[in-house]
Amino acid sequence: MRELLLIAGITLREAARRRILWVALACAAILLAIFAIALRLQVLQFHGRPMSPFVRYQVESGMLMIGLYTCDLLAVVMTILTSIDTIAGEIGSGTVQAIATKPIARWQLMLGKFIGFACMIAVYVALTFAGTVAVSHAITGVMPEHAVLGALLIFFECMVALSLTFFFGTWFSTLTTGVVVLGLQAVAFMGGWLEQVSGFSQAPQIITVGIWSSLIMPAESLWRRAAFVMQTPLAGSLSFSPFANVSIPSGVAVGYAGLYFVVVLALAVWRFRERDF
Amino acid sequence: MSDFVIDTRVLRKEFGRTVAVKGLTLQVPRGEIFGFLGPNGAGKSTSIKMLLGLVHPTSGQGTLLGAPLGDVATRSRIGFLPEDFRFYDWLTASELVALHARLAGVPDDGLLRRVHEVLDLVGLTPHRDRRVRTFSKGMLQRAGLAQALVHEPDVIFLDEPTSGLDPLGRRMVRDILRAQRERGATVFLNSHLLGEIEITCDRVVFIRDGEVVAAKELSAEPQAETRVRIRAENVTPEAFAVVERSSVSATNDAGDLVLALAAREQLPAVIGGLVTAGARIYEVTPLREPLEELFVRIMGEDRGL
Repeated sequence: MRELLLIAGITLREAARRRILWVALACAAILLAIFAIALRLQVLQFHGRPMSPFVRYQVESGMLMIGLYTCDLLAVVMTILTSIDTIAGEIGSGTVQAIATKPIARWQLMLGKFIGFACMIAVYVALTFAGTVAVSHAITGVMPEHAVLGALLIFFECMVALSLTFFFGTWFSTLTTGVVVLGLQAVAFMGGWLEQVSGFSQAPQIITVGIWSSLIMPAESLWRRAAFVMQTPLAGSLSFSPFANVSIPSGVAVGYAGLYFVVVLALAVWRFRERDF
Repeated sequence: MSDFVIDTRVLRKEFGRTVAVKGLTLQVPRGEIFGFLGPNGAGKSTSIKMLLGLVHPTSGQGTLLGAPLGDVATRSRIGFLPEDFRFYDWLTASELVALHARLAGVPDDGLLRRVHEVLDLVGLTPHRDRRVRTFSKGMLQRAGLAQALVHEPDVIFLDEPTSGLDPLGRRMVRDILRAQRERGATVFLNSHLLGEIEITCDRVVFIRDGEVVAAKELSAEPQAETRVRIRAENVTPEAFAVVERSSVSATNDAGDLVLALAAREQLPAVIGGLVTAGARIYEVTPLREPLEELFVRIMGEDRGL
């Protein structure tokens, strides 16, 4: 356990040293500022105009979901870009040799690194999510439903992406790992939209393609589940967007994502244990 | 339990269709500085990685400190300096060595003192709070050596430990290796610098195509034929005749005598005979075949690898 925590600690420090983390935080701060300005302008637009509170709530709630969606995208991309080098890069450069000859099992080495990144990403998601919600609450008074569950689902989505970068990092170079995982993220994105479209068009073939895409990479379905739990049912049913409640991933889909995560991480540990350095 | 620190039987490693190590059978006794020699592509690095558990053998078996290769607990008794030592370059030298000490199981109590001791040993005390990214190659190798020694391991693997060091640094490494041997540790040394190997190692093996093809004990006194060079003046034909009678072979090039004696014990009598015959002796040097010549003789011609 001591060794595992040592590796987690050094990984956390190493990740925190990467410029990309601070750039991602700066990006989040800029996006938050833009979000705040847009919300404020929207509120000013409402002044002096007769508008039903229901419509006003719909607009403000929709804008909050835009902010949270941006949060989600940034968190997933940041997860992939900060972690692609940790396994593939250290194997490629030979850095791993100095650690793998220490009295620490390879599974501890890999899980220690995973825990280090998970802690960093948890802080990142918490900061950006809380910032978005705080801005929305301060300007419009709108809060998401089940905010903690929503944030946990976004964090879980990042963990799925992280497990994939670890898995492919045991096979490929840094660059290839990045391309493969971002490619899978694109598949998930496509799958999510196809399921949304199929909800409107009622085309079963498109549903099948969308479901298969989500099975290949279930990250996007976690976002759509998060969007569902964070909106009132009525708000979610009124738009055609990444957060519309047209095709809602079920609890089974979330369970599948959990199983997917465990299997991918287990395969990553197995491969890391079996491979030569 | 094996008496050897390292004991392998026909270790083999294949990467796809390529055979990197054909069948390594090797025994390394405790408390020696052991040289591992071979040309590029001979399988040295893969062999070391198999011994350290970094590479899984395709077949064969072996033990390190009596435990099967790759045993996790045994690694607390192993130190390793990779050929191209790299680590998180944002750490200071002290932080780097402290981290490796913790990973190797050194208790927190007294850890910092030990870190400073070992940094002092490798000459990095003035630079211990500098980030490793600012280090030269030689300084990196010193830091790498420090992390390999910090937990006082029983066996130390060093892959080209002096390639980036200047003559003073090389001398420092030699002194450290000898001190480790005095402590009872075994040093497994892979280096292309045959001169370094020759003056440091107790024993060497030569590896070619992943197999041990020859071994030589460097520390032992020659038991059989002894070759010596004697520089002398006034070596008359009578004096040289005394030498010739006692030697297997002898040459005289204007007072530069090269003799081969049947046994080392004959040497005092030969020198006494020369002195009695009127020769003035200035220097007597034992001759040993230079390791480089031996290497070339064993390995044959350069294969351009």
